[in-house]
Amino acid sequence: MLNALKVRWAQGYQTVDHIRQVELNQRFRGLPVIESRACPEDCQACVEVCPSQAIQLSPVRIDLGKCIFCPDCSKVCPAEKIHFTPDYHLSCNEREGLVVGSQTQHPAVKTEERIKQIFGRSLKLRSVSAGGCNGCEMELNALANVNFDMGRFGIEFTASPRHADGLVLTGPISENMAPALQATFDAIPSPKIVIAVGACGISGGVFAASPALDRRFLEKIPVDLYIPGCPPHPLTFLNGLLDLLGKKYS
Amino acid sequence: MKQHWLQTGNGKAVSCKQIPSLPSLEFNSALAEALENKKRVVSWFGMESGSDIRVFAVCSDTSHSALWVTATMFEAEQRSFPSLASRFPAVHLFECELYEQHGLLPENHPWLKPVRFEHGRKHSLGMHDYPFFPMDGAEVHEVGVGPVHAGVIEPGHFRFQCHGETVFHLEIQLGYQHRGLESLFLQKPLLRQAALAESITGDTSIGHVWAYAQAMEGLTGVTPPERAQWLRVIALELERLAMHIGDLGALSGDIAFLPGLSVYGRLRTEVINTSMALSGSRFGRGLIRPGGVVYDVDSQFLAEYLPRMLTHVEKDMDGINEMLIESPSVIPRLEHTGLLSTAVASEIGVVGFVARSSGIAMDSRHDHPYGGYVFLKSRMGAIPTFRWGDVEARTKLRIAEAKQSIQLIWLSLIHLNDQSSISMPCTTDQIQPDSLVVSMVEGWRGEVVHCVVTGPNRETLRYKIKDPSFHNWFGLAQALRNNGISDFPLCNKSFNLSYSGFDL
Ligand code: SF4
Ligand code: SF4
Repeated sequence: MLNALKVRWAQGYQTVDHIRQVELNQRFRGLPVIESRACPEDCQACVEVCPSQAIQLSPVRIDLGKCIFCPDCSKVCPAEKIHFTPDYHLSCNEREGLVVGSQTQHPAVKTEERIKQIFGRSLKLRSVSAGGCNGCEMELNALANVNFDMGRFGIEFTASPRHADGLVLTGPISENMAPALQATFDAIPSPKIVIAVGACGISGGVFAASPALDRRFLEKIPVDLYIPGCPPHPLTFLNGLLDLLGKKYS
Repeated sequence: MKQHWLQTGNGKAVSCKQIPSLPSLEFNSALAEALENKKRVVSWFGMESGSDIRVFAVCSDTSHSALWVTATMFEAEQRSFPSLASRFPAVHLFECELYEQHGLLPENHPWLKPVRFEHGRKHSLGMHDYPFFPMDGAEVHEVGVGPVHAGVIEPGHFRFQCHGETVFHLEIQLGYQHRGLESLFLQKPLLRQAALAESITGDTSIGHVWAYAQAMEGLTGVTPPERAQWLRVIALELERLAMHIGDLGALSGDIAFLPGLSVYGRLRTEVINTSMALSGSRFGRGLIRPGGVVYDVDSQFLAEYLPRMLTHVEKDMDGINEMLIESPSVIPRLEHTGLLSTAVASEIGVVGFVARSSGIAMDSRHDHPYGGYVFLKSRMGAIPTFRWGDVEARTKLRIAEAKQSIQLIWLSLIHLNDQSSISMPCTTDQIQPDSLVVSMVEGWRGEVVHCVVTGPNRETLRYKIKDPSFHNWFGLAQALRNNGISDFPLCNKSFNLSYSGFDL
């Protein structure tokens, strides 16, 4: 009994309150900052080293939908043009908004009135893992722990697609999983939203070049929210979703 | 052994020319002889060149920390070999894989099941018309679950043959996460594949990327600086600690022991945030690269941050462990559930903490030491094991191993005083042509094995990956026999196997 009390006491209050402003460890690799100074002539070092074809040159831009934040490009750049910051506000509802360069806007999520009206108070999500490494799923699971406690915002994962309002896609969509992904999506009653999570879900990530994928699902189904990372930090997910739903939590 | 095998060691490259090339039947008897002499097959895989298929086998010999390799060649018209699986069930899945990947038929294999429905596979069976093993009889019924499960987890299909509540037989069919990893390893320069190695299975990012880096170092003849070796040990033990703690939390949740769910959950966060302070990623990604590590740590991390976390986590973990073990509702729920006896465990060849929970002392940190473990081996003491092989044993073993990880991190800290460099350059022109390297790392689940074969122009001819889950899924199926079907989630959590690591 005494031990139980001690354990309870040591647990204290663990919930992260200010999820919009928490500062992550300086080493965390979030939003890249790209300096505007010129590249050395004919240099392609970053493009060659990038494991997921996320970099375009002249001018240098990084597609956060492909980037795995590894951060090999920043290490090889002779002009030290690329730095990673611990800024985890990376989500966006436009695919193009994920491409960042020295002159581009910070990726942002616009609140969609229609989504806010229907799901603003309660959003139930069905996750489908389709060919990834399980890193994204572990971070999605962390959302339910005592630290992030996503349930307090009315957002939860459900067991059945029939009870869900949206699909959370992780993984690059393997050929073997494509039919089950489609069937799960079909089983979710409309209106419904789709959230693509992680480099894999958004673009195929490090597996994009594999012939064992079948990403046709995303040619037919529009995505409402993109959440970059490999895997995305739970705070990237949570903040992106709160923005989409127009929750003024601070 | 000597005549049919070439001796090598963990992470050591050998020239392919020196590997014996035996006639197929002799290769088979060499394997059978090794298995009879209690050697374990740690890898057995094919490599295609034109219409020929070269097949390599690797055996582990713990008495000398040695690995032995041998090979055979299948020419165009020869596409079968006598199966060893009936005599040695531990190799059954290697044979299934040889058939699926290369069309080499193991004659008289007892159950030639698809492994992962590989892309471009040689199997005629489709994923959706796969005939599960059926059972007949009054009141026998079948329950099918997956590939999409109730939680946020990876996909797989489980087919239970039940009598009332009791499971007679469980068949597990995987492959949904198959994304062609082994072929992706051939697409880019070998030294640029660290990120791919980190994505074999996210929960073992460190285990797999270390196995990859060690293979690269073997091929290039580069020895990482000592400081890098110790930082790797810290990263790997943090990964083990986080996964064991996380699973203890998940197990607690399954049996409605809610203090466990929340306390272990919080402690796991502290551990993975330490991995982030080390590497910038909660899963330790971006840290280990061929030749060493990318990030160094400062004295504040070594003298304050890490010791504070270790002391704190250990103290709080002891408290919740004690509460878990002593709660009247916990142990009775775990004991005798999901039993995997020593005999069955060794016959089917499970590895890692599952094997140790069933009384088999094996651990590549100990049996084939590498990096910092060469030194730590003598300080680790005996490999912790439990005899009973039930959920209780697996739970208690994880508690013991989590504590051991904390000790190993403390021991590593002592060696981090010198300010040596953290990385040596590894370049493509250093890669030895025509060579094979076998690299083993004890991930938190068990042995992670990467085998790499290079060609005459230093190109990659084959990259073979084995996650411990390759052996252990069958252990889970066995453990479920004669249990109530409602015990499945609990048994499953106690193993927590990887789908992505199996499916590749
Ligand atoms: S950090 Fe992103 S853009 Fe840079 S090399 Fe890695 S994946 Fe490519
Ligand atoms: S995005 Fe990264 S973490 Fe997520 S599934 Fe893909 S490889 Fe794993």
